[in-house]
Amino acid sequence: MSYRRLLFFRVLLFAGLVTTWHLLVQFEVLPAFFFGEPAVVFQRTWHWFASGEIYPHLGITLLETLVAFVLGAGFGLGGGLWLALNPTASSLLEPYIKALNSMPRVILAPIFAVWFGLGIWSKIALGVTLVFFIVFFNVYQGVREVSPLVLANARMLGANARQLLRTVYLPSATSWVFSSLHTSVGLAFVGVVVGEYLGSARGIGYLILQAEGLFDINTVFAGILVLTILALILDSLVSRLERSVLRWNVRSTQTSPGA
Amino acid sequence: MAVDSGPAGAAPRSQPAIAFEHVDCTFRTPDGIAYTALRDLNLQVADGEFVAVVGPTGCGKSTILNLAAGLLTPTSGRVSVHGIPLAGLNRHAGYLFQADPLMPWRTAIRNVALGLEYRGVDRPTAEQRATEWLARVGLAGRGDVYPHQLSGGMRKRVSLAQTLILDPEIVLMDEPFSALDVQTRVLMENELLEIWAANRKSVLFITHDLEEAILLADRVVVLAAGPGTHALGEFLIDLPRPRDLAELRTTPRFSTLYHDIWQVMKDEVLKSYAQHKSRG
Ligand SMILES: Nc1ncnc2c1ncn2[C@@H]1O[C@H](COP(=O)(O)OP(=O)(O)OP(=O)(O)O)[C@@H](O)[C@H]1O
Ligand SMILES: [Mg+2]
Repeated sequence: MSYRRLLFFRVLLFAGLVTTWHLLVQFEVLPAFFFGEPAVVFQRTWHWFASGEIYPHLGITLLETLVAFVLGAGFGLGGGLWLALNPTASSLLEPYIKALNSMPRVILAPIFAVWFGLGIWSKIALGVTLVFFIVFFNVYQGVREVSPLVLANARMLGANARQLLRTVYLPSATSWVFSSLHTSVGLAFVGVVVGEYLGSARGIGYLILQAEGLFDINTVFAGILVLTILALILDSLVSRLERSVLRWNVRSTQTSPGA
Repeated sequence: MAVDSGPAGAAPRSQPAIAFEHVDCTFRTPDGIAYTALRDLNLQVADGEFVAVVGPTGCGKSTILNLAAGLLTPTSGRVSVHGIPLAGLNRHAGYLFQADPLMPWRTAIRNVALGLEYRGVDRPTAEQRATEWLARVGLAGRGDVYPHQLSGGMRKRVSLAQTLILDPEIVLMDEPFSALDVQTRVLMENELLEIWAANRKSVLFITHDLEEAILLADRVVVLAAGPGTHALGEFLIDLPRPRDLAELRTTPRFSTLYHDIWQVMKDEVLKSYAQHKSRG
């Protein structure tokens, strides 16, 4: 199938689903109170953007996502590198890291709210804990799998310990950060929105929370729609970043199935 | 990290560049089985000498280079460089590995410049010299591509430039030209001989190609089939220098040398083949 035809059918599928939803609610097969009305949902979304009402919330959610990602990836990179290069520390800490990783970390949200208040930092903290472990494990694994041949070669060419870190470990660790980029940006976003949803004064999660309190199901759907669009935009930005940074990577020149 | 084997140039010149004395090398596999790759190996490379080592596959040729590089330590016996026992990495040596050791995240030119950067040469100067070296190995204008965009033979030549740009006193080479086509191979061999003649490096050159060994080397060492490899014989190659590689092949002296060495090698190759067949 050509790309244009594919695109046509994709749009058709979407329109079909929305129409079905509309008809089901219109003929009262589904109660509009619980299922909303697509027309109103789109109208509400449009109004948010047209009036500019949404931008401060969008901005705050994006800011939190970005900061959560940068901090989480930074700590993950540093921690993964440090632990992979310190066999003693890594065997000492291994069970604790496993425990922290298997803990459902979303549940930390109330604790972060107590520690960091209801401002942006409690949301960022939640995003960071989600991102950190993804990046951390990728880097940890990546550093331990650095080609012994590349290492031996660098040493024969005269690299000292610091130069090995800079020219061998760090670049290969970074490539592992990038290989988990889609997942970690997605998780930063999830963490932040969940944080907002559980208690905040601004952000898309807050809009949803507020609408839910008023049983305004259409606004809840509008919020979800905005979140979805935002997530898609973030993901395509990540793809673009990936392509420009990982030019050397064979993996990036091949197409990967799905995201 | 390992200790260096002393400052460069402090060693007396009369000593051999590399000497293996009664070297044993035993590998222990994870399941506890010991495999003795080398047993009582004696081998010397005089200062400025070009020594080629030939032997059947799996006999321990790469192991010898790893020992000479200081990446491995012998189980018993001694490896010395300019008469000083080797402790840690061999800082006098450049090592051209058998497999591809390039950094996939660096372009060809940045790979070649790597050693200079480690030595604190500033980046423009290092890249300037790397460009010259890329041209020397026939890769002019290919500096900006990444290793995965190069062919196996091209990567090999990038590695060659990466090693030789540092002008090491001792050059360890593990089948450097086996991935190249015949024409490129002769060009590279000539280039190597030229570099070697210009400042008399000591070369330990591994190959499975007897013809190449005779054409390039001052001395050819034939190894026995493993396990427990040792030197079966050494042959002085008295072909005049400078050598014209294309012409030399057709001379009677070359044929005689080839015939003599092949007689010694043949039995080992067959033995090794029989072993691999029964093992696999
Ligand atoms: N790290 C290791 N652990 C266990 N056995 C090893 C190890 N390295 C090499 N060997 C064994 O030592 C022997 C010699 O290996 P080596 O790589 O030196 O062979 P080679 O002569 O270079 O072979 P080729 O010509 O195929 O490159 C082989 O039988 C190999 O299985
Ligand atoms: Mg080998």
